[in-house]
Amino acid sequence: MASLKQRSLELYNWFEQRLGLGAPTIEAAEHEVPASTSSWWYVFGSGATVILLLQVVTGILLALVYAPSAEHAWSSLEFLDHSVRLGWFLRAVHGWGSDFMVAIVLIHLAQVFLFGAYKYPRELTWIVGVFLLLLTLGMAFTGQVLRFDQDAYWGLGIGASIVSRVPVIGGPLVDLMLGGPIIAGPTLSRFFALHVFVIPGILLALVGVHLLMVLRLGINEWPMPGRLVNKKTYVQEYHKLAKETGIPFVPDAAWKDAVFAAAVMLAVMACALWFGPFGPTGQPDPTIIETAPKPDFAFLWIYAVLAYLPPNLETPVLFIAPVLGIGAMLLLPLVSGEGEKHWSRRPVAVLMITIIAVTLGTFTRLGTYTPWSPVMNAWTSDPIPPAGLKDHTPLEREGALVLQNKQCRNCHSIYGAGGMRGPALDAVASRMTEDQIIRQVLQGGGNMPAYGNALSPAETKALVRFLLTLRGGDLSPAIDASKKVAASSVESTSPLSPSQSSPGTP
Amino acid sequence: MNTSEPLSPGDQASAPQAAPKPGAAGHSRRVFLFKLSLLLNGAVGAVLAVPLVGYLLGPALKKSSKENAWISLGDVGNFPEGETRLVNFRNPMTTPWDGQTGDIPCWVRHISGGDFQVFAINCAHLGCPVRWFAQSRLFLCPCHGGAYYEDGSRASGPPERGLFVYDHKIVSGTLMISAGKLPTLAAHNCNKKRLTQIEMNPQSASAATEALKPIEGADPRKTSWPA
Repeated sequence: MASLKQRSLELYNWFEQRLGLGAPTIEAAEHEVPASTSSWWYVFGSGATVILLLQVVTGILLALVYAPSAEHAWSSLEFLDHSVRLGWFLRAVHGWGSDFMVAIVLIHLAQVFLFGAYKYPRELTWIVGVFLLLLTLGMAFTGQVLRFDQDAYWGLGIGASIVSRVPVIGGPLVDLMLGGPIIAGPTLSRFFALHVFVIPGILLALVGVHLLMVLRLGINEWPMPGRLVNKKTYVQEYHKLAKETGIPFVPDAAWKDAVFAAAVMLAVMACALWFGPFGPTGQPDPTIIETAPKPDFAFLWIYAVLAYLPPNLETPVLFIAPVLGIGAMLLLPLVSGEGEKHWSRRPVAVLMITIIAVTLGTFTRLGTYTPWSPVMNAWTSDPIPPAGLKDHTPLEREGALVLQNKQCRNCHSIYGAGGMRGPALDAVASRMTEDQIIRQVLQGGGNMPAYGNALSPAETKALVRFLLTLRGGDLSPAIDASKKVAASSVESTSPLSPSQSSPGTP
Repeated sequence: MNTSEPLSPGDQASAPQAAPKPGAAGHSRRVFLFKLSLLLNGAVGAVLAVPLVGYLLGPALKKSSKENAWISLGDVGNFPEGETRLVNFRNPMTTPWDGQTGDIPCWVRHISGGDFQVFAINCAHLGCPVRWFAQSRLFLCPCHGGAYYEDGSRASGPPERGLFVYDHKIVSGTLMISAGKLPTLAAHNCNKKRLTQIEMNPQSASAATEALKPIEGADPRKTSWPA
C-alpha cells in the first residue's frame, strides 16, 4: 500500500517538475478569502461556470450526430430524439442547461450589482462580466437557430427584419447575417460556426480572464453599511480583512459552491428527464405557413416589447435602447467606482433591480400567451353557445353567424372564447351606440381594420343587430348624449331641421 | 519511466554561457531587426487580411442585380378572378443543401382581367408569415398581430407599411414574378420601389418610398385594447 502511495506521488512529481502547474493551482485554491464571503449568496458565479462546462460537454456530444446543413439539420434532430440511444436526454440537458445558464448568469449579475462588487478595484471584472452576459445570450440565440425548426426559421426572419432597419448599412448587414439572399443553407452554416467556434471561444477566454481577476483582486467582501470604498485605502483594508478573518477558499468556502453546483446539475437533469428536449417543432419549411413562431424563453420579453411599441418608435427604440442599456452597464463601474456598497444604503440600485426584474418578468409572462396576436383559427373552433342566441330574432342570429364567418373572434372574445387582441364584445352595446358600432365596424380605427369592403350592407345590418344584444347581461345600452340634447333642444326651441346626430365617435 | 531525473534550472542556464556578453552595438542591431520583423509581419498580415475580409464580406458585396430573377408561378388560369391564393416557388438562387428552405411561398391576388398583385409572405413588421382570411378579406400575422387589407395596404397593428409586393408580368399566359431575395425593409428591391406599398392614394405612395416613416393619419393606435 505504502509503495502505491509512494509511486503515485512520484508520478505526480514527474509531471510537476515538467509542468509546474500543481503548486500554483494549490496555492490559488487555498488562497485566503474573508470569512464573510463563505455565503450562499456567493455561489452563482461558480454555478454558471459549472453549467458552462456541462454545455461544452453536451454540446460536443450532440455535434457527434447533428448535421449542420439546412436540408438535414431537422431530421438529424429527430434522429437524435428517436434513433440515438439517450440522444433525447443529451438534447434535453443541453437545452435546459441553456435556460439555467441564462437564469444563473442573470442572478449572478443582480447579486454582484447589489453587493457593490463592481466598485474599485473590480471594475474590469464587471465589464468583462457584461460581455459574458451578452455572449451567453448570443449562445442562447444561436443555439435556438441550430434547433433548425419552424421557430428557428422564422426567428431568423425576425432577426433579419430587425437588422434590416439599421440605417444605411441595413441591407449589407442582412446579407452578412444570412450569408445569401434568403434564409437557407449558408445561414445555418454560419450560425453553426458562431455557436460552436466563435462565441464559445471568446466566452471561454473571457471566463478565464474573469476568474483570473477574481483571484488576483480577491473576492468581493461582504458589504457593511457605512464601510465606503476609497481608492486610496481599499486595497490595504481588504488585505487586512482577508488576513484577520481569512479562511482558505478550498475547502472552507468552496464547499457551498460545490453543493450549489451539484444542486443545479441535478435540477438540469431533473428538468431534462421530466420535460424532455425542446422541440424540434415543425420542419423549417417556409411553405408551411400555419405556424405561430415564438422565440425561446430568454427572448420572449423582446418579442413582447416588439408587439407593444408604437410603429414609429420601433426602429429608434430597437437600436438606441440596447446601446444605452449596454453602455450604462459598461460605464457603471467607471462612474460609480467608489462609495457605499451595501444595498440598504443604495435605494436606487435596489429600485432599479426591482423594476428591471418586474418588467422583464411581466413581458416574459405576456410573451407566453401573446394577447396581441389574433387567434388564427378562432372562427373554426368556438361557435356562439346556444344560450347566447336564446330569444334572438332571426336577424340577430344571422348577425351571430356573420360574427363567426368574418372571423371577428380572431381578435375579439365573446362568452369567454376568442382572441384578446381587441376588447371583449360581451358588453359592447353598453359602451357604444348603434351608430358608433356601425362606424367602428365599417371604418375601423383604434388598431382595428376597417370592414367596409368585407361586409355587405345586409351583413353589416345583421352584425350590428347582434352586437346590440350584447350588453353584458343586463347593463343599460349606451346612449348618444348629443342626440338627446339635440332632441330636447328641438322640442324647446327651434322647429327648424334638427341637427343630425353625428355618427362618429366623440 | 525515470521519475528521478533532476531538472534544475541551473543546468539550462549553463548552456549558453560560452557566448560573449552582447555588446551595446549588437543589442541595438537586434532591436532594429526585431522591429523590422514586426513591420514585415504587419505587412504580411495586411496582405493576408485582404482576402480574409473579402471572403467574410462576400455575401454583402454581391451585386444586387444578380439576386432577383424572373420566375414562373404557373398558368394565369390557375388564379380565379377575385381570389387570393398561396403559391410556392423555388427560389431562383439556392445551394444544393438548402432543402425545403429554398421553397418560398407568396400570395397571388387576381384582381380582374390582367390585373394581379403578388405579395411576399413576410410581414412588413418582422417577417413572420402572414395568412389570408378570405371571409374578412384580411392578411393577418400570427407574431404581433399585423393586419393588411386585401390590396396589401396596412390595416392595423405594428407594421409601418403595407405588404411587400413582387414585380410581376404576364408572358404568354404565364404569371412571372421577379424574386430571389428575402423581402425586408432594407432589401435592394425595396429601395428601387419594386416591393412598394400599393399606391392607393398619394399619401400611402409617399409612405412607401419612405418606408421607415409612419403613415400619417392611417395609424389610429390611440384607442385602447387590453394590454
